[in-house]
Amino acid sequence: MGTGHYGIYGGQYVAETLMPALHELTGVFEQAKTDSAFLAEFEGYLRDYVGRESPLYFAQRLSEHLGGAKIYLKREDLNHTGAHKVNNTLGQALLAKRMGKPRVIAETGAGMHGVATATVAALLGLKCEVFMGTEDIHRQAPNVQRMKVLGATVVPVDSGQGTLKDAMNEALRNWVATVRDTFYVIGTVAGPHPYPEMVKFFQSVIGTEARRQILEKEGRLPDEVIACVGGGSNAMGIFAGFLDDAAVRLIGVEAGGDGLATGRHAASINAKQVGILHGNKTYLMQDADGQVQLTHSVSAGLDYPGVGPEHAHLNDIGRAQYTVIDDPDAIRAFDLLCRTEGIIPALESAHAVAEAVRRAPTMGSDQILVVNLSGRGDKDMENVAEARVRLRAAGKLD
Amino acid sequence: MNRIDTTFADCQAKGRKALVMFVSAGDPNLAATEQLIREIVAAGTDVVEIGVPFSDPMADGPTIQEASQRALASGTTLRGILAMVKRLRASGITAPFVLFSYYNVLFRYGMKALAADAAAAGVDGMLVVDVPYEEMGEILPDLTANGLHLIRLVAPTTSDERARKILADATGFVYTITVTGVTGARSELPVELSDLLVRMRQASPVPVVAGFGISSPEQAKLVAKEADGVVVGSALVKRMGQARTPAEGIADCVAFVQSLAAVL
Repeated sequence: MGTGHYGIYGGQYVAETLMPALHELTGVFEQAKTDSAFLAEFEGYLRDYVGRESPLYFAQRLSEHLGGAKIYLKREDLNHTGAHKVNNTLGQALLAKRMGKPRVIAETGAGMHGVATATVAALLGLKCEVFMGTEDIHRQAPNVQRMKVLGATVVPVDSGQGTLKDAMNEALRNWVATVRDTFYVIGTVAGPHPYPEMVKFFQSVIGTEARRQILEKEGRLPDEVIACVGGGSNAMGIFAGFLDDAAVRLIGVEAGGDGLATGRHAASINAKQVGILHGNKTYLMQDADGQVQLTHSVSAGLDYPGVGPEHAHLNDIGRAQYTVIDDPDAIRAFDLLCRTEGIIPALESAHAVAEAVRRAPTMGSDQILVVNLSGRGDKDMENVAEARVRLRAAGKLD
Repeated sequence: MNRIDTTFADCQAKGRKALVMFVSAGDPNLAATEQLIREIVAAGTDVVEIGVPFSDPMADGPTIQEASQRALASGTTLRGILAMVKRLRASGITAPFVLFSYYNVLFRYGMKALAADAAAAGVDGMLVVDVPYEEMGEILPDLTANGLHLIRLVAPTTSDERARKILADATGFVYTITVTGVTGARSELPVELSDLLVRMRQASPVPVVAGFGISSPEQAKLVAKEADGVVVGSALVKRMGQARTPAEGIADCVAFVQSLAAVL
């Protein structure tokens, strides 16, 4: 049984109490991923419940506006629940059922993973509790309501900064105490092994579809694939389809917040410090004494001080590149996509769109960009309005 | 010989159980912790676990979370803690010290440098909450090379087979987590505890202590029946946290430690 190392990253850095549960989960996952009955059930739900496959859409007006590469959007925003998160929660909830665990817990930042977990818990008749930072409960009120109507309990987490990392701390504490009957549905490609590998497996449907779709539409592979990276599950999902295509450049976009130089951001790979948090070794925003630093991003879903260990490894070996988009550029890209295509992106996904906005004009019209539009922005109306006021007051936005 | 080994040998010779006390270093500041350690050792503490504060203590309940926050707010660092250990040794304190930490703080310091600096300061062992058996290889060589014990942890969820693997080459002592959960004082301890301790003592080549949730002399006495020692943490940390002044907290802790030592 492997321990899930990606180069020097990954691993299983958790309290002993959880190790037997991780071993059990690894065993069940290893079996399930080659079990045709399990896969048929998973794929059946993806098709008939989630609404897959999701379209690969040629954003013609956006491409023409920018004048350069052709931009395609992988429309994960059209999934049931409005984001890519449900691909993973569905897979993990099916595993919970297979393991006979009647209760699932989850952490959530923007609330999308919480909603996706509450949704599949309702679907499969599991009890569901979602841990959410008090700051995020305030920032993402509509998603809190969605979780509640779906029958989940939302547990406010007041410790630390009241955001995603604190919610994950509290979910881990709860799991340590309830591990015998509870399945912890982690929402990203981080955490102890087997989570990074397992979440990638369930999300890789994004990349598998996108690769086939672009070949159908263009008869060739894209030049670049772009996705935003907080923990990195949507990025790993789409990258998975192209990892073996050496000519396809993979671009992960981290949240630059107020700008890399200010220290007020959530760009852990670009901050270049290795550390250990939430069960894995990875790039981690921390001070000189190893205390985890507060992060900042206009997007709650990217507001996390770590990153999935495979992203850390892909960065080090040069297979993927990780760039930074700060708050004002994310808002500008949000506006541009709304106005040119009639698509309201999640603020997380707007970071990936912003990277395309930066790159497309420097590329030829015969070149192709695929952007993972990981979620829709209905949840962000309030945030965008607030951010606009804040950034205008600071002279950073017109 | 490592102070941990001599202390447990001494307890065994005297037919006593070891009293292991956990202090949250730097709560409310390191000067208070230094005084606290001096006084609880004088009051009958056999082994001191020195908790290194971390911003994200995932295995701890509210009591130690809050203490860690106060410690960080007062500027506590690992370097500062090692300097405190050095001063305590210089003043003649001989009780064994175990650094109790989350891995990132140690990793950031650098294990090689840390093991050397800690041994030089007078630390005797380390317990790293989030480094299980599977990842132990990355810290054990540096600790061993400097004569420090890596304290192994076992939990109620640990099977006999796994316990044998974890404990085969254990040194110092073994920490048995008595409850499935985070740290924190509890009014009741689980009934399956004595079975767990019997199993772990069979598997362990070194003394076995029990901790998590022990908050009174009655509980300590009960748990000590099946163990070589008991660990009390949150109940002491709570006393420091609730006191109006550090001096008041220390006095309260001393009386508490005396009441625990008396039943062991």
